[in-house]
Amino acid sequence: MEMNFEDKLAELETIVEKLEKGQLPLDKSLELFEHAITLSRECNIILKSARQKVEKLIEEDNGLKSEEFALPNENLEGYRS
Amino acid sequence: MSGDLKGIYTVHEFTLAVKGILTGGQFNDVWIRGEISNFKNHTSGHRYFTLKDKNSSLQCVMFKWHGQNLRFELEHGMKVLILGDLDVYEQRGQYQLKVRAIRPDGIGELYKAFEQLKNKLALEGLFSPEHKKALPRFPKKIGIATSETGAVLHDILTVLKRRYPVSVLFIPTMVQGESAAGSIVHSIELLNRTDVDLMILGRGGGSLEDLWAFNEEIVARAIFNSKLPIISAVGHETDFTIADFVADIRAPTPSAAAEIAVPDRQELYNQVMRLRELLIERQRRNIHDSCLRIDELGKSFDPHVYREKLSDHMQYLDDMAQRQVLSMHRMLETKTSHFGACTGKLDAVSPLRTLSRGYSIAMKYPEKTIVRWINDVEKNDEIQILVNDGKIKCGVNDKEECKWK
Repeated sequence: MEMNFEDKLAELETIVEKLEKGQLPLDKSLELFEHAITLSRECNIILKSARQKVEKLIEEDNGLKSEEFALPNENLEGYRS
Repeated sequence: MSGDLKGIYTVHEFTLAVKGILTGGQFNDVWIRGEISNFKNHTSGHRYFTLKDKNSSLQCVMFKWHGQNLRFELEHGMKVLILGDLDVYEQRGQYQLKVRAIRPDGIGELYKAFEQLKNKLALEGLFSPEHKKALPRFPKKIGIATSETGAVLHDILTVLKRRYPVSVLFIPTMVQGESAAGSIVHSIELLNRTDVDLMILGRGGGSLEDLWAFNEEIVARAIFNSKLPIISAVGHETDFTIADFVADIRAPTPSAAAEIAVPDRQELYNQVMRLRELLIERQRRNIHDSCLRIDELGKSFDPHVYREKLSDHMQYLDDMAQRQVLSMHRMLETKTSHFGACTGKLDAVSPLRTLSRGYSIAMKYPEKTIVRWINDVEKNDEIQILVNDGKIKCGVNDKEECKWK
């Protein structure tokens, strides 16, 4: 299963901690380092690619469905108090 | 007499006649203001009380089916507005008001109702911290239950978009008016059937009456029973509703709810970059440390050191060899002199010395045993005599015993 942002960030933190202790064999630490750099890159991609998508939940006879929803912007000022 | 009897009612007939007049419609759907006294909550579920003011009192009954929607429990002395229809209780010939709805009269009474429900639910544990659900740190989808019109939805969406754009599932919900409570409960239940990670229950500011739906017991229970974490954002910062107490987190405003719901993308980005820098820094240090270690190992592996050590060993070996030769010499000398001494001693006792001194040695022949005594030989025995430069074979002609000493 694809790791989510939370897991990636947690693993990144763990690796930084491990490297800080500095008791790893060099080849192992190089391997971790490479992995961590990949993780940081993936984290940033996830952050950059976040998009807002708004849907409206609609109840139907046979269950629930949702449809795209956009705010009626033009009337908004009137609602603000 | 019989004529006089004309127009005489039975009690029941009279009561019915009065009832016909009183319930004719003029006193239907009337609102009456007063204070509650003699309140009895009967086991049947019907409520009986007297509504009174300074000068008068009115018998009231609220049947179970109307009492179900009551937002608070009646108390003696409570000021209320009641809605009902005039009725006559035939058995007693009493007129009374059949109550359909009761509202707290005035803001003080609303607060009283609010406090009452709050205390009741607090006692039941609906506000206890152990029932609060933790919010997911990185929600993927957020449910929003609020009015389709109004600034709340706009505010929440704007903040979400700025902080961390995620998917949003919005469910239009009535947040004011008679059916608001039911609508809120329904929305909470529906969102619990979707894949959202948490929900924001929101409403803009308003008077205590405007916000009243969020003080309803059914709403409180729906929030409590929700499997999804709920952030409540009802009214302004200073408005507290029962919903706020039951919710897993209370946000002072809808915008604040959005801020609570998602992490800040820029902060996360900074955090990742910080981790990345730390990572590179640590790894650089690790590699540097490794290089230092290799240098150190290299130094300790220097051939000079070994050559020195080796020559030490060689010198020692030479030393040892020399000492061995010397000691061999000494041993040889000792042995040689010892040998000389031994040969001297041997020479001294040698029969050859005896011969060289001019003596001879006689031996019996062929046994070659030395002749010492006269009885060692018999007449005619053959003997051999050893002299300094040869041996002489002889026969024993005669023998004679002599005493030399």
